[in-house]
Amino acid sequence: MLPASNSGRVYAVLLILLGMAPFITSWIDQPFYLDLLSRALILAIAASSLNLILGYGGMVSLGHAAYLGIGAYCVGIPAYYDIYNGWIHLGLTIVVSASFAFLTGLIILRTKAVYFIMITLAFSQMVYFTFVSLEEYGGDDGLVIYLRSEFPSWLSMEGATALYYWIFGALVLTLLVIYRLVYSRFGRVIVGSKFNEERMQSLGFNTYRYRLTCYVISGVLCGIAGMLLGNFTSFISPEMMGWTRSGELIFMVVMGGASSFFGPLIGTSAFVFLEQYLPEIMKTINPSWHEYWHLPFGVLLVCLVLFGKGGIHGWLSRFDKDGDVK
Amino acid sequence: MTDSILKVTALNKSFGGIHATRDLHLEVTRGDIHAIIGPNGAGKTTLISQLSGQLKPSSGSIEFERKDITRLTTAKRARSGLARSFQITSVVMPLTLLENVMLAVQGTSGHSFRFWKPVKQDQQMVSAAMNSLTEVGLQDRADKIAAEVSHGEQRQLEVAMALAMKPRLLLLDEPMAGMGVEESQHMVDILKKLKEKCTILLIEHDMDAVFKLADQLSVLVDGHIIASNTVENIRANQEVQRAYLGEQHA
Repeated sequence: MLPASNSGRVYAVLLILLGMAPFITSWIDQPFYLDLLSRALILAIAASSLNLILGYGGMVSLGHAAYLGIGAYCVGIPAYYDIYNGWIHLGLTIVVSASFAFLTGLIILRTKAVYFIMITLAFSQMVYFTFVSLEEYGGDDGLVIYLRSEFPSWLSMEGATALYYWIFGALVLTLLVIYRLVYSRFGRVIVGSKFNEERMQSLGFNTYRYRLTCYVISGVLCGIAGMLLGNFTSFISPEMMGWTRSGELIFMVVMGGASSFFGPLIGTSAFVFLEQYLPEIMKTINPSWHEYWHLPFGVLLVCLVLFGKGGIHGWLSRFDKDGDVK
Repeated sequence: MTDSILKVTALNKSFGGIHATRDLHLEVTRGDIHAIIGPNGAGKTTLISQLSGQLKPSSGSIEFERKDITRLTTAKRARSGLARSFQITSVVMPLTLLENVMLAVQGTSGHSFRFWKPVKQDQQMVSAAMNSLTEVGLQDRADKIAAEVSHGEQRQLEVAMALAMKPRLLLLDEPMAGMGVEESQHMVDILKKLKEKCTILLIEHDMDAVFKLADQLSVLVDGHIIASNTVENIRANQEVQRAYLGEQHA
């Protein structure tokens, strides 16, 4: 299936480039870029999972980073006991994040709008403080993971390139799952409920059940991103599930374009690179300014929200209607 | 004995001090178009919302096909054959007309925990939805976005969606609301055809339309049904003349 639109072609090229990234970065001898990309793609999985409930389902969660933390600790805690089997890590991640999403979702999905935001925040803060108080696993100071999750050799995570392909593969799978989901019977119920839940109920849908299922799927996908993040950073702490991280995930989705399929990937990449290079740009203007990079970043976000409806994706797809890139 | 499809007994609903429905009795015969008329604020939409499950009655019972449905959720009533349309157009605005109707088909054809196959490739569903659109005359507008079609067409879409649920009882809340003369006439023709498929409980302000369509007529005043009879008998009823028709035709 060839993408017909211009924005579709841009994304196709982007995916191909991402697939070749390890060769490109080693060719230009800049392994650091591969690191940056790995981080961006992990967060892109998390942002895409958030987009499934936020963009398509209209459920604005300010607690999604909890799943990043849960996934990371599902690597960290077994590793603390010298259990490095990757399947155990992955299985644990899926089971724990699904159960957490299901149990909290039972309550969360009974609320709407601002209450939804506040209660997702409350639950994620509960997880945050639980891990802060777990002295055994480092509490506030976090936990060092000395070895990566062990998988059979063809699936190994050892080395930057192998880990990158793990992450890239997981991202492609996540995008594929979300894409199929959104246009399936299930996805139609989710999208319909976002715009008119009352009507969906009168059409015969028990919207609560479908939305809860969607919430669980999103949590599991984000948990897997967390499992990868744990392997990538090899140091985990409750910091990674703080509410500011949840807020950043929302930025990434909105920046890229909510309820667009590639939006979160674009938004996350933009976010990670800005986070990296804005301080340096600020430094060249005035050496003492590099700490204030949040200021231009904030201005940029405001402009994007005011003028760039639909985020970067919305901006890109404006070229589609005219037929060519201006 | 007539075969009654819906039986409402001693229904009451109050919102704080306001008694929107009081001791309401109603029986709808299978195959009829049964219209409910009444002045503004008589509690017509409140009644429909209790029948379809959006509002819980304070007391009383609702029987649909001899089963008590008073406590069933909206979704369950819909799946058991009771569909409604809304007075204020309630469709999924950003989706196309076809997608809207397909949701209606989907809602009453098994569960939707199917995650992989695109709905658009489900030929059975597409053609069922197209049939409903064709019945209300919207077949050529199937790919238009609901928010972008005319008000009259949105009203027709409401009916197409209710129809796609293959209901045995259809609750229509002012299907002609805000329509011009020509559009109203078109809707009357649509409803006449629908009558062959299912029983219809119709709330409507447009008296010409009501007299053209209805077999039975109930008059709702102040949350209470003051008379329920054939159209001819109601027209002859002095009390109704005074309470309702009189004001309108003064």
